This record gives sequence, structure tokens and C-alpha cells, in this order.
Amino acid sequence: MSEPDILHFLTAGSVDDGKSTLIGRLLYDADALYDDHVAALRRTAATGNAEMDFSLITDGLRAEREQGITIDVAYRYFSTSRRRFIIADAPGHEQYTRNMATAASHADLALLLIDAEQGVSTQSKRHAFICALLGIPRFVVAINKMDLVGYSEERFREIETEYRDFAVRLGLANLQFIPVCAVSGENVVRRGTNMAWYDGAPLLSFLEEVYVAGDRNLVDFRLAVQRVIHLPGTFRGFGGRVSSGVLRCGDEVMVLPSGFRSRVASIAVGMKQANTAAAGESITVSLADDIDVGRGDLLVHPGNVPRERRELEAMLVWTGDEPLVPGGIYQLKHATRWLKARCDTISYRVDPNTLSRETVTALSLNDIGRARFTLFTPVLADEYRRSRELGSFIVVSISGNDTLGAATIVDRTDYDAELKTERAVPDRSNIVWHQGQVTKTDRSAVMGHRPATLWMTGLSGAGKSTVAFALERSLIDSGHPCFVLDGDNVRHGLNRDLGFSPKDRAENIRRVAEVARLMNEAGLIVITSFISPFRDDREMARQIIGSDRFIEVYLSTRIEECERRDVKGFYKKARAGELQGFTGVSAPYEPPDSPVVLLDTELLSIEESITVLQRHLEQYYEA
Amino acid sequence: MSERLSIGLLDELEAESIQIIREVAAEGERPVMMYSIGKDSSVMLHIARKAFYPAPIPFPLLHVDTEFKFPEMIAFRDRMAREIGFDLRVYSNLQAVDEGANPREMGTVRCCGLLKTRALLDSLKLGGYDLVIGGARREEERSRAKERVFSFRDSHGQWDPRRQRPEFWQLYNTRLHPGESMRVFPLSNWTELDVWRYIAREGIEVVPLYFAAEREVVERNDQLIPVGEGTPLLPGERSERRLCRFRTLGCYPCTGAVASSAATLEEIIAELEQARLSERTTRVIDHDQDGSMERKKREGYF
Repeated sequence: MSEPDILHFLTAGSVDDGKSTLIGRLLYDADALYDDHVAALRRTAATGNAEMDFSLITDGLRAEREQGITIDVAYRYFSTSRRRFIIADAPGHEQYTRNMATAASHADLALLLIDAEQGVSTQSKRHAFICALLGIPRFVVAINKMDLVGYSEERFREIETEYRDFAVRLGLANLQFIPVCAVSGENVVRRGTNMAWYDGAPLLSFLEEVYVAGDRNLVDFRLAVQRVIHLPGTFRGFGGRVSSGVLRCGDEVMVLPSGFRSRVASIAVGMKQANTAAAGESITVSLADDIDVGRGDLLVHPGNVPRERRELEAMLVWTGDEPLVPGGIYQLKHATRWLKARCDTISYRVDPNTLSRETVTALSLNDIGRARFTLFTPVLADEYRRSRELGSFIVVSISGNDTLGAATIVDRTDYDAELKTERAVPDRSNIVWHQGQVTKTDRSAVMGHRPATLWMTGLSGAGKSTVAFALERSLIDSGHPCFVLDGDNVRHGLNRDLGFSPKDRAENIRRVAEVARLMNEAGLIVITSFISPFRDDREMARQIIGSDRFIEVYLSTRIEECERRDVKGFYKKARAGELQGFTGVSAPYEPPDSPVVLLDTELLSIEESITVLQRHLEQYYEA
Repeated sequence: MSERLSIGLLDELEAESIQIIREVAAEGERPVMMYSIGKDSSVMLHIARKAFYPAPIPFPLLHVDTEFKFPEMIAFRDRMAREIGFDLRVYSNLQAVDEGANPREMGTVRCCGLLKTRALLDSLKLGGYDLVIGGARREEERSRAKERVFSFRDSHGQWDPRRQRPEFWQLYNTRLHPGESMRVFPLSNWTELDVWRYIAREGIEVVPLYFAAEREVVERNDQLIPVGEGTPLLPGERSERRLCRFRTLGCYPCTGAVASSAATLEEIIAELEQARLSERTTRVIDHDQDGSMERKKREGYF
């Protein structure tokens, strides 16, 4: 028989749903309570009440027993021959959302309770939302008090359907519904005789058998160094826990952020050497080369690296008395690093009961919402759905040191996908694509060049427009039809309905990219001049225009120089706080990872810049 | 050789404990590990060695000695410190000891308050320790079941169960103001049976008192209390030799033995697999008052 594994599960629901009774019943029938604990229950049970009060097992604090509520998470441990179970019994009340989120961040599975008589409550929806937010991949919904609805299958199916409809909106697919009666124990550990129509497993059997090993990410190797283990003159290794993936002796590894590479010389768990280490293991790694590695660094495989991010876009559960406000500075802990960050914007708050989004100016205690931070130093992070360890961070108060929030990182591309669904997309089923008679080659022959889009990106004042218009002049003079799409100009017409929020910036770029594509189709060379600060937006533009025609030109002029120039006086206004969301000052700029052309107009004159671009275009025509 | 990529129960518990202990070493200004000589401390010590091997444990181990510990425990402690080579600090509330503090005359509540809680708080203050590792497990007692892994204490060492810092993922918030501290529990998720199975698997040495032997005891309030110089018989009591062992080790006047014939690790594990009583039933102090552990913890006890 293989060694048992651990299933961490969270229970959510209110005392009224019979949650404590269910847990007590589960432990009692699974023979997981000690006699003295049972005796203590009998002793503390209200006089004259022969029934044991199972809530006394889980409600461990005096205040909880006095008030008959659960305030904080209680952990319970029990084992069967198949598994160790760690139950995190979470409070259901809205006031203790933070404690529930604490439990959810450690769980493999959520056990949610619904009272068969009461049906799906707003509270049970909120619980599902928090659990989904923290990425719990599977849910068991125990529909309790079936005795009170005459063990009706119809009632069970009715609740199941309603809950499934709601869960689909949260993206939850892995749901199991079990009808139970905690008071009598039916379908908790043993089957009973009252619900012959239910042919699934009782709760405990289901928990014993549910497959969770597949949750481990064994693909993307990540290890955040916790501590350098150093024995002078003898040994230098790096201690940390493998958060995902597999590491083998001899593997080539890369240290981030430095980018240094080496090979794995040894892997050890304590005093024992190993050939491999997999997700979940705490190991000590030594490398073949003597390179600089410290706490906070990340070990990865060179072909599979997380993204370096200067901004973090995240869903947050706010747990602090101090609110989250745009402009506020916070300390974050991500993996094994502490860093400082500024909150740029709060996109919205979600009403967990209805899932509707609200615009807010702050997130307060127990709020859930989406926000963006600009980091004072970049981090290497994954999306939360890819890695719980590298896709999460906590927000901590600088002055008070309290844990203010838990955050799960989401990619902006999701946000764009949301935008698309939000802008009611019309029915396209009757829209067809007409094929013309003129081919690309025909057009190139007439124009004398291969059309392309030179996508200029950079800070305000970096010289984008100046270079763009000068290049246009020079191309026209040499007989190449071309056109400049300028940020300021399109906002007078095509895009005059758009502002400067991330959402509007994304739409601005989408429209410009579509226009550029049409112009390229028509055979023109297009030069765009937009700050286009977000990598994901530029990626979208590349996809619309086509990678073969998209030439990314990064004007890398330093912000100090741009600010010194301040042609339009915007920096001054932004610094004075008169201009909100100004790139480089109060909004982030994400530089391209690998631009095709890099121009620093502090070092190059306009003529030199044009020469560089023309030379590049000539190579492109010939390619 | 096939690769073993799955990770079993004890491996997972060990990996989590190592991660916690390393985090303490990395983020604490003056970390310390409490060493009470019991089985949980022995497991913690073993895991701490693994966490930093081949380098030595980078923080001291602190034993709060009530002067009521079994002589076998003290001998074991000193031998371990010598053989393993860790930095052992011992602290006692000497004033209370000199004034004759003892559980018989002042009651267990006051005695524990002086010799354990007071001594602990004084020694932590004296050392200026900020992150203090302890061997408590959540399974032991219901207020412990509520406690965080990194558990915040105010400048008086007190625990406020209603204002615990939320603890997400393994992102432990160790940020403190001067004078504040944290108690850190790397064995939070271990059970008593896990501890013994791990001791057996890893070959960890423990105090011989855990193994069954004939011992001179007196039956008092359903407990087998060892009789010796510090625990004289009360009027009307008679001692007897019984085959018994200690399931937990504390101060000899307040630690009961259990009737048992388990003389090896295998036998102890087999006994526990059948156990019907929790381990803390042999600690006299926990029964004193309803919620006594929570109250002691609020005051600064582990």
C-alpha cells in the first residue's frame, strides 16, 4: 500500500446550515475523536440536553463558545487508512471573510454546506466566490438536513441546478453534490436507507478517493531561495522549497533576476543526497559555478522563465483596517522577497453576493476587488492559475505592519478578454469575408515595397512624433507611399470617445492597429506614434497587424531627459498632480522585451535615427 | 531507477517545517528555538539540523527550566547539546525557585505562571528574541487549533486570538515593531502519531521516559504520578511499582504516566493507533479550568 497523502479541505457554511454538526459527525463516525474529547463534549453540553453539541469540537475560543459563532479558522486532523485530512473549519460570517480567505489559500478542496430547506443563500454564493478566487479547484456541495425536506430528490436536484448555474459564472467546473443528513449521519460516513435514489459515494468515501495529485504543477520548475547555506571553505548551497516543477542533478539552471547560468551540482534533503526534487520538497541545491545567489533570487530552467513585471495586476481580498487607496504605498511579500509598491488604480470592487462590479475609490476591510500596483523594484512572477507560490503576494502596512490583503496575480490579457465581452459584441453570424482579386504581391509590385507598420513606443517626449513625421517626409521623398498614425491626431476623430484608463488605452490601441492593418493591406507603410505603455496592448496590436508586418521600435530615451524636454508641459502638470494616470509619473510604462529597433534620441540626432530606420526598412524589403 | 515524484505524508510535513524554520532564520533579527527536551522538541531539533545542513543551526536553543524537570531530561539535554553541538541557553526564574514555588502549596495555576510563563517571558526579553520557535501542534488542544503558524505577540508577550494576522499561503508576515515578537510553530500540522512515526523513520533519539518500564508511582485523580524526592506521598496514599510510560514530559509533580507496556518505538506507534485518549489527559494543568490553555496563552505561555 502506498503511503497516505494529505488532503487539505476547507468547510464553509453557517452553524445554521449544520456545519459543526456535519464535521462532528464526520469525525465521530470516522472514529477520529478521542474518548476524553467526547467526554468533555458531554460535560460541557447544556444541562438537560442529552445530545452532544458537536460545535464545541470546532469552536475552540471562549468568545466563540459564548456567542455560538465561529470567529477564526480551526484546524482539525484525522486520518483513515487512505488519507490524512486537514480540515480548516472557516467562519461563514461576512465579518470574518479574511479568516475564510486564510483557510482557502491552503485548501485543495472546499466542502460547502447548504441547508436543504433554505436553499442557496447569498452567503453560500459568497463562500463559493472566495474559494474560487483563491483557486480552490474542486468543490463538494453537501446539501444538508435532507430529513427536513422528506429526503426529496426533486428538492436536491433543484438546489443542484441553481448552484451549478451560479458556479459556472465563477468558472468552477469540478463540483460534486451529496445529499446528507448530519444529525443522523446518513451519507456522511455511511449510507442510509432514506435516499436510495442517490447512487454516489457518501461524503467520507468521496473525500478519500478524490484525485488531487494532478494539481501539482510538475512542469514549470521554480525555487525561490530562502536562505544561503554556507559552511566556509567547504560548502555553499541554496535552501528553498520547490514550488513547482522537477529539478534533476546536472540540470542547467538560471538565477533570476541576474540571469547567471550554471548546473546543478547536488540536491539534498537534509543530510540525504537526491537525484531529483519535485514540487513541495524543501531542498538544498548547490551549483557547479561560484555565482552570486541570495535570498529572494529565483532558480528556474533557462527555457521556462516567469515574466519580469514592474506592475502587478491582481484580485485582492482586503483584510486590513487600513484601506487600499490609489496612490498609497505598501510593502508586499512575494515568494521570499519584500518590496515596496504603489497602488495605481482600483479597477472595481465585486459584490460577492451578486458578482456585479462597482466603481470604488478604496477597498475596505473584507472587500474583494481588482487593483494594479507599480513596483519600486521589478519581480519575477507567474499568473496565480499557473503557480500559487509565484502568483500570489500579500500586502502589508508600512506603518503598522498588519497584513492588509491577499492578492492573486492576473494577466492583463484576461482583462482585455473581459473588455471584449463587456462591449456587447454584435452577432457576426451574417457577416462574411469577401475575397478580392488583387493579391499582396500585386500591390507590392505597384508600390515598390513590402508594406509594414513601424510601431513606435516610448514615453511622452521620447521623440516618437518627431521621428515619425521626419521618417514620413523622407520616405515620401524617396517614393514610398506611407502614412503616420499619431496618438494625438486620432484622438481628435476616430478615438475621440476614449479616455486614458487602461481599458480605454487598450481600445485606442485596438482601433489604431485595425486601421494600420487596413493601410498595410492597401499597400502603405504605416508609422504609428503612441506611448502604448502596456506590453499586452502592443502584443494585441502585433496580432491584429500580423507579426510579419509589425516592427516594434522602442524609443528608450530616459525619463529624466523626456521630463527635461517636456514639450507639451505634461510632466509638470503630472508632477503637480493636475494630470492623473500620466505614463512614467502616475501610470506605468512596460518597456518591450525585445524591440526590433531601439532608438535613444538623447544619443542619436533625428537624422541618425531616420538613417537607422531606413536601413532597417531596406533590409525588410529584401527579406 | 524510476523517479519518485510523489510526496508522502511525513515528507510533506517535514518539507513544510523546514520551510518555516528557514523563514525564521532568514527574517528574524534574533531568532531562537525553544527546547523542552520532549519528543516534539527532538523532532524540531532534527528538522532544524536538516534545514541548515551541513552548516550548523544558526540560532540558539532555549530551555526554560522550572527545576522540576525529571533528572533524565536534564541529562539528555546536556548530552544532546554536547553531541550535536548546538548553542544551548538555559533560564530559570531563580527568584521564584528560591522562594520555594511549587505546585503542591500554591496550586498548579500560580506555579506555572511563575516558573513557566514568567520565566519564559523574562528569558525572551533578556535575549531580545523576536521570532521564537515552539513545538506546539494544533491537534493538541482546541485553542491551539486556532493559532497561526507565525503567531503575533504584543510587547507584553500576549496573544489576542481575535486579532490574529491573516496568514495566506506560505507568505508569512514577520514584520514587527520593537518589543513585539512572534511565536512560530513549525509542527502546527503534525499529529502525535506523525511525530512518533517520524522519530522511528529518522532514528531520532528521545528521552527514555517515553518507553515503558517499572516505575514507582502513586495513583492520584486517575493519574499515575511518579513518586520521588520532590513528590512525596500525601497522607493516606500508598505508592506502587507499575509498568508505565510517559506520553508527554513536563514537570514531574504534574506529569502523569500511563499504564503501558510499550517499550519500543514500534510498540508505542501500535499503542497510539489504538489510543482512545488524547495525550494531554496526562497533563494536570490543562484540566484546571475550562479554557485554561487559552487563558495561559493569552498571558504569554506557549
